[in-house]
Amino acid sequence: MTAYSVTTAPHIRTKESTTSIMRNVLIALTPCLIAGVCFFGFLSLFVVAVCVVSCVFFEWLFEVIMKRPITIKDLSAAVTGMLLGLTMPVTAPWWMCIIGSAVAILLAKQLFGGIGDNFLNPALTARAVLLASWPGRMSGAAFVSPNFLGKVDSVSAATPLAPGAMGEGGYSILDLFLGRIPGTIGEVCKIAILLGFVYLLVTRVISWGIPVIIVLTTGVFGWIFNGGGITTPIVSVLSGGILFGAVFMATDYSTCPMTALGQIIFAFGIGLLTAVIRRFAGYPEGVTYAILFMNIVTPLLDKYIKPTIYGEQKEKKEVAKVA
Amino acid sequence: MGKAGKVFTNGLLNENPTFRLVLGTCPTIAITTQAMNGIGMGLAATFVLIGSNIVISLLRKFIPDKVRIPAFIVIICMFVTSVQLLMNAFLPALYESLGIFIPLIVVNCIILARAEAFASKNSVFYSALDGLGMGLGFTVAITCIGAIREIVGNGTIFGARLFGAGFEPMLIAALAPGGFIVFGLMLGFVNFITRKGNKCEDEHEEAEQEEAA
Repeated sequence: MTAYSVTTAPHIRTKESTTSIMRNVLIALTPCLIAGVCFFGFLSLFVVAVCVVSCVFFEWLFEVIMKRPITIKDLSAAVTGMLLGLTMPVTAPWWMCIIGSAVAILLAKQLFGGIGDNFLNPALTARAVLLASWPGRMSGAAFVSPNFLGKVDSVSAATPLAPGAMGEGGYSILDLFLGRIPGTIGEVCKIAILLGFVYLLVTRVISWGIPVIIVLTTGVFGWIFNGGGITTPIVSVLSGGILFGAVFMATDYSTCPMTALGQIIFAFGIGLLTAVIRRFAGYPEGVTYAILFMNIVTPLLDKYIKPTIYGEQKEKKEVAKVA
Repeated sequence: MGKAGKVFTNGLLNENPTFRLVLGTCPTIAITTQAMNGIGMGLAATFVLIGSNIVISLLRKFIPDKVRIPAFIVIICMFVTSVQLLMNAFLPALYESLGIFIPLIVVNCIILARAEAFASKNSVFYSALDGLGMGLGFTVAITCIGAIREIVGNGTIFGARLFGAGFEPMLIAALAPGGFIVFGLMLGFVNFITRKGNKCEDEHEEAEQEEAA
């Protein structure tokens, strides 16, 4: 006689797991890393490596101390470290990378319950903390001009978002697109980001909705507000970290809404807030704060936008039938 | 431990206003950028607490129940005003750095909470002890938070430099978000420690009850 095992639903299983999703994100981030190394030299590889190693280490340390199951093999900590490293300027010192990783893993992720329970994107939280703590090392003078396939020259330069940086003698659209602009390691090369985006779409890790809406909204509102170095929608989209944030940060599963309408509002909010912060606030770039703010709004969106359950009808129709 | 001892240590540990009751969080976050501010604020609040607890306890049989809150506030105001004037006269530097939060001691919930929950029901001696315990508990708590924020955010403790010139302070600790983060971490840490202690205590009490039965 054959023994049959009796189990409850679901019976259809997918091969997809947290590990496979995270591995795909890592693969999608690789072009950005390669571009960063090409533009800023091997120092950028060191910055990203320190972030990845320390993120994984802090995850392991916390789970050992708290006697929780060790989850470093699901690669989520490595993704957080990679994202953090790619949003740092190449001039970031090693201790800042380690502190950033500690903030991301311990404060933003593990204290709220680990993977899936964090309400803020860990890498962006760390970036916001570092930006507030060492503003001189995270903005302005920290960004050096990229030197294609050469050593980093220590000349600091204004990012395209600084007033008057575009136009004559400044950066062209092609410069912005290829990444020949100062910025963080991962955000400068738009081709690499688009490659990653396509890979994530093909492997169905993310859907196109959130990134596209964010980019469109930022483009339109950046153009309407028309401030700083931004003169056309294209410049608005190609400057700063909006493309990187839209593709890799805003699409984080646990910090974006579950419903389609919620995701539209979420993405629209990020685009609008980014444009507002760029134009009216004291910071030249606002993607970090815009995404973090909409992360906080996400539970609210999920609470008030509920999908109709299959088979359920609206009450009014019932009443009409009876009448 | 007698009743007096229990009343006194209540504010320090079991019902610490900052870490257990989570009262008076507005000054806790606003002024704890330096350890010295914590001591100044804590002692000012302690003075007001002891004074108002004594007077409210003395008057507890005269104040009609319906108007007790306005009456308490007027009494608290009297002590806060005198603290404000004394500080302005003798500690002008501290007065400057605490600023609006000195007059705001009036609406510090710890003081009204102790008036309502303790002083209006207990004798003068215990009310004074309760005020002292609660005030010192508040002082110790916000001085700890202030010290952590000063060390991390400024690299100093009580104004003395701790690290070499190469140290770059983590500015966020001295800013408002740092206040929330440090306060939250301390709250969690104290809960983590006291939970273990309370578990033993509960078991001890249960054992005593069983013996009595």
